[in-house]
Amino acid sequence: MNEQALTHHERLEAAANDRVKFGFWIYLMTDLLMFSVLFACYAVLHGNHVGSPAGRELFSLPLALKETLILLTSSFTCGIAMVAARRGNKNMTLFWFAITFILGLLFLKFELTEFRQFILEGHTLKTNAFLSSFFVLVGTHGLHITSGLLWMGTTMIFVMKRGLNSALVRKLSLLSLFWHFLDIVWIFIFTIVYLGAFA
Amino acid sequence: MRHFWLGKLDSHALPHAWFTIGGTAVFLLAALITVIIITRMKRWKWLWNEWLTSVDPKKIGIMYFIVGGVMLLRGGLDALMMWLQQALGASNMPGIGGEAAHGYLSSEHFQQIFTAHGNIMVFFVAMAFIFGLINYIVPLQIGARDLASPFMNTLGFWLYVGGVLMVNMFFMFGGEYAATGWLAIAPLSGKVFSPGVGVDYWIWSLQISGVGSTLGALNFILTILKMRAPGMTLSKMPLFTWGSLFSMLMAVTVFPLLTATLFLSFFDRYLGTHFFTMTAGGDPMMYTNLIWMWGHPEVYILMLPAFGVFSEVVATFSRKPIASYKSNVIGMAGVSFMALSVWLHHFFTMGASTDVNAFFGLMTLIVAIPTAVLFFTWIATMRGGMIRFETPMLWFLGFVAIFAVGGLSGLILAFPPADFQLHNSLFLVAHFHFNVIGGVLFGIFCGINYWFSKFTGFKLNQRIGRQAFWCWILGFCLSFIPMLILGLMGATRRLDHYDASTGWQPFFVLMLIGGIVIAIGTVLQLVQIFASVIQRHRLYDATGDPWDGRSLEWGTTSPPPSYNFTVIPTVTSFDTFWEAKKNHALPGPAYEDIVIPKNTAAGIYIALFAFLLGFGFVWEMNWLAVVSIIGIIVVLITRGYNEHSEYILTAAEVEKNEEKRAELHKKRLEQHKAALHEEEMGLVDFMRYMLKLGMNYIRQKRRKRT
Repeated sequence: MNEQALTHHERLEAAANDRVKFGFWIYLMTDLLMFSVLFACYAVLHGNHVGSPAGRELFSLPLALKETLILLTSSFTCGIAMVAARRGNKNMTLFWFAITFILGLLFLKFELTEFRQFILEGHTLKTNAFLSSFFVLVGTHGLHITSGLLWMGTTMIFVMKRGLNSALVRKLSLLSLFWHFLDIVWIFIFTIVYLGAFA
Repeated sequence: MRHFWLGKLDSHALPHAWFTIGGTAVFLLAALITVIIITRMKRWKWLWNEWLTSVDPKKIGIMYFIVGGVMLLRGGLDALMMWLQQALGASNMPGIGGEAAHGYLSSEHFQQIFTAHGNIMVFFVAMAFIFGLINYIVPLQIGARDLASPFMNTLGFWLYVGGVLMVNMFFMFGGEYAATGWLAIAPLSGKVFSPGVGVDYWIWSLQISGVGSTLGALNFILTILKMRAPGMTLSKMPLFTWGSLFSMLMAVTVFPLLTATLFLSFFDRYLGTHFFTMTAGGDPMMYTNLIWMWGHPEVYILMLPAFGVFSEVVATFSRKPIASYKSNVIGMAGVSFMALSVWLHHFFTMGASTDVNAFFGLMTLIVAIPTAVLFFTWIATMRGGMIRFETPMLWFLGFVAIFAVGGLSGLILAFPPADFQLHNSLFLVAHFHFNVIGGVLFGIFCGINYWFSKFTGFKLNQRIGRQAFWCWILGFCLSFIPMLILGLMGATRRLDHYDASTGWQPFFVLMLIGGIVIAIGTVLQLVQIFASVIQRHRLYDATGDPWDGRSLEWGTTSPPPSYNFTVIPTVTSFDTFWEAKKNHALPGPAYEDIVIPKNTAAGIYIALFAFLLGFGFVWEMNWLAVVSIIGIIVVLITRGYNEHSEYILTAAEVEKNEEKRAELHKKRLEQHKAALHEEEMGLVDFMRYMLKLGMNYIRQKRRKRT
């Protein structure tokens, strides 16, 4: 009886896992649609710089490339962390997520440096439609990275306290999906915003 | 310092016009009376534990109905105010209120009313009822105990309530709502042309409830795709579930667009960006496109579940399975798919090239094909059936007549050359109302009349229901057929006054009369509900299947237990329940362990913070916005890492609970048998009953005194 009940519950839990993952995929798609609006705005508005400098004169490709490489590396370390998590290796999981976390912070730092420089030079999001769409598109991505870091930090604390239980591993796997997703969005930003400006 | 804490808020923002004072007074009074009643009945704890924090989709569904119903009255009042203004708005009638040159409303006030009417009816009435119906019925129809994420469900509901509060907040603080029309088209909604807080209230009420809608849609999709009873393949799914699935698939596709667009609009107003402005390279047409990419499908999001309701009802009341189930599903799929590619027909006149207009015009015309397929499946279902003219069927037939006119008037509008004449005319407004009242609202009324016994355990009064139906039909025709004609005569929409020589006034007066008849119909619907409550023993739903229904929800008791089914049914065909019933092969009692989600107040807290966030941004109290964001994060973390959000109801406990319910059922059945001789109440009986009740109350009071 007990054993039967256990399998019944296990079945329920597997179904729940399946649902959560599927649901998170749908969420990612809705998030992608939000980004698509921002991309569309950028595509329509990026030429409207009304006398102020265009992207070609503002952006620094080496900086953008640096950011790209950092974020790609963080995606890789996040992948390694997930392998460790699935194997139940708590220390390795925490270690690799810590690396991912630091890389994420580094990315944010570079992005904010860029923003700060623009603003100090007098190119703010109020200047023209091009800069509005640039700041909002890239800033929204940065905001997503920030919330990803918040999520990562909290989950790491709970992993330290509770160990790698199934609920936390599930959370981590969603988090890694989220992180890779942001990586893909960044690739589009890098291509359309930064490379596009020099095309 | 004062600006830091209160932002733009000062004493000027407090109510000072008749309508804001009136609105504030009504809201405060309603709140006060509710608080007093609950306190006197000592029901606070019960309310909190059994309802507000509940994650049971059935209870959340009922709460959607209640809030949506109140908002229906609120939005209906707006409609009556507009009708009255238009009836009085001819140039030969002097102004009778404050600043009004004609009629009794100033132009500014009239604009706010039609904006609020549109927002409230679409967001806070239609969406609420549709979400309520899906919440209650879909899990029962697919043989599930709950939704995929019970927490997301309560969160979505409370965000909706946050939006409701936000849209009514202007009565108390600010005194003005957006005067921009229900979609707040840019650049009119920008800071330059709308400097007040009205548009900010508009943005945040839609933003908060819109996020709730996205969450709800995601949840329903998950539930329908992942939690169907064993054996219920997609091709055996009931049609209301299909309609809901298509509708929610559209919702997750377009609501993110709304969220993003609203944020951009907010940035334009708050941060001074230039997305939709006239200056610094902004592009207002971007806004028009984006908002209609959401706005057009939104109407279909409301429509498709209603189509599903009609498919259920027509099959049940014709005692036949739906004619060509496949065509019906494909029809709904076609409608939902097409609906995503017609948005540009809302602005044919705004300078797109002929080719673009032709494409969207054609796409719009093509939508008629799947819709017609749906119509033919319904009509074919009735053919040769044994039709029973109960109230749900009446609402369905009313829908067929009115929606057909709505659809055909839509085809006229779909031709760009014709649209150049009819754009922004009352013809368009009438067309829209033929569809959303005739389609969505009638669908909702149809569904509520149909499933009411499932919700409460007793059927709705049919006599008064019929009277309410005829009032609605008559009132609708009286108010919206003249509107079609006025549109063809050249009357533009959003008209608060006009020249008497146009000869429009008689039509506007006719519309007002129609509006009053509709209002009577609405009152009759309330009477219908009260009369049914009074005669609940007489109308008791003893079997849980009062209409001889076909789908799984009728296999449960009315109302079902919190876990819906003691054992999840196994499905073998589209009509499994019907076949089992006819072959007397309904499964006997059996029990198993059930995982039940615990109640949670996290949804309420998050929605409260979301409301404060919006309020903070409306009045530029940045500290409040920051505090709210932190609050939301803290609640999310506490909730997200809580690993004890469920408990297990063992098979033995389920059995005990079922026994208790069976006893209650026995008692109710006796009461029902004793009340069977009663005649169903009519309107006069109801009034006589209420009078008697009042007299008795007074007599008792007197007796106490002496």
